[in-house]
Amino acid sequence: MLGTKCETCGRYFFPPRSFCPDCRRNGKITDYKFAGNGTVVTYTVIHTANEQFEAYTPYVLAIIKLDEGPRMTAQVVCEPKDAKIGMRVKSTFRRIATDGASGIIHYGTKFVPAE
Amino acid sequence: MRDVAVIGAGCTTFGEKWSSSFRDLFVEAGALALEDAQLSGEQIDAMYVGNMSAGRFIEQEHIGALIADYAGLATHHMPSTRVEAACASGGLAFRQAVIAVASGMEDIVVAAGVEKMTDVEPGASTDTLTGAADREWEGFVGATFPGLYAMIATDYMHRYPLTREQLAMVAVKNHYNGARNPIAQFQQEITIDTVLKSTMVAEPLRLFDCSPITDGAAAVIVAPLERAREFTDTPIKVLASAQASDTITLHDRRDISTLDASVAAGKWALKTARCTHKDIDLVEVHDCFSIAEICAIEDLGFCKKGEAGKFTADGETALNGTIPVNTSGGLKACGHPVGATGIKQVFEIVQQLRGEAGKRQIDGAKIGMTHNVGGTGATVAVHILGRV
Repeated sequence: MLGTKCETCGRYFFPPRSFCPDCRRNGKITDYKFAGNGTVVTYTVIHTANEQFEAYTPYVLAIIKLDEGPRMTAQVVCEPKDAKIGMRVKSTFRRIATDGASGIIHYGTKFVPAE
Repeated sequence: MRDVAVIGAGCTTFGEKWSSSFRDLFVEAGALALEDAQLSGEQIDAMYVGNMSAGRFIEQEHIGALIADYAGLATHHMPSTRVEAACASGGLAFRQAVIAVASGMEDIVVAAGVEKMTDVEPGASTDTLTGAADREWEGFVGATFPGLYAMIATDYMHRYPLTREQLAMVAVKNHYNGARNPIAQFQQEITIDTVLKSTMVAEPLRLFDCSPITDGAAAVIVAPLERAREFTDTPIKVLASAQASDTITLHDRRDISTLDASVAAGKWALKTARCTHKDIDLVEVHDCFSIAEICAIEDLGFCKKGEAGKFTADGETALNGTIPVNTSGGLKACGHPVGATGIKQVFEIVQQLRGEAGKRQIDGAKIGMTHNVGGTGATVAVHILGRV
């Protein structure tokens, strides 16, 4: 998970930002590789999805707070009944969606339960 | 800066309007507003139109020009501007119209909102609405718009004493009001059971916690207060116009269950209008989902954080409550043609303050507030209007 960090204020960004919202023009942005560990802050189980995700319902969507500070939105690959606020999760590289049967496959970050 | 007043207002019925096109909807609302103000088209100096996504719903951009043309004002070369802020498009269009008149730049300005959502199949319309969120970092990873508000609900219910039944009461109340609003999409009352038995959309939100897909348009006309009585015996003064922004994603918010933009805009509006909460007789809030109304009445300061569930269940927000919320039926029962909602909210307050709200009239209503939200809270517009 390649994000960014502002050297001026010490804030981490994932998803990455090239412009620190706090320091703005005074911010010095560098690349930062996240460890991928975090905690579920809130979640839902999606039953009615947008077209590209219909085949995967029901699935868990969560807001995860990464250990470095920023929060991000991602699916958690687990049984819906096992999703909990406060559960520890670890990032993983997964297929997110496809553009139809013969189109581009989109990959991204999902999370799995961690101990 | 001049004082501004609403001198005319009109609204189409809201619903699945198969025989009305985007253009038909706008023209109908505009004509109703002009009739109401007894104005002729050539007297309009400018127009602001709120519309979220004609580009996706009917593959049409350049809405300002299209609307001016079909309203018969293009050949008069009237300036016409489309305003977009997802579901807050209407509220922002109203604010732009108010600013144009207050500044002295224009005299008679139309603020309208229109959305035609039913010409695409439901899957495409829900995907389009995901554009109100962050497409790259929320939509792309599998978030749906109800899913985002469902995460607000999960967080809220984890931290505050809101029951599933209290949450359902929001929809029940709004349907009760909608049944008394001739333009509302849904005219039937419902029960808590109706909500709890409906299809699960994104836990804990079910179908009846969610506002529908709707076609509709609304238009209001603003003018300098000093000239209002040339056009109407019931001018409604704009006491405040406030707008605030916040992070586009839900995950970047300071507090997931608080829309800081609502808090900011609400405070600025009350301060400008020199009103306290006690002065507000009724408020139209942005109940895109039941949980949104719970957060709204707290964020706007009508009750304490964590108490909106009990506040609602106790009937405080009903027509005969201490602060009637969503007398129009809200987005849930009146319907939510995205770009039109912000203007419909003004239309409802105008009707109430004029004493023309029929079976849902709040007796003696003098001051009303509107609250219009874009996305999960990245844009909020709050207006306060008062009888003169």
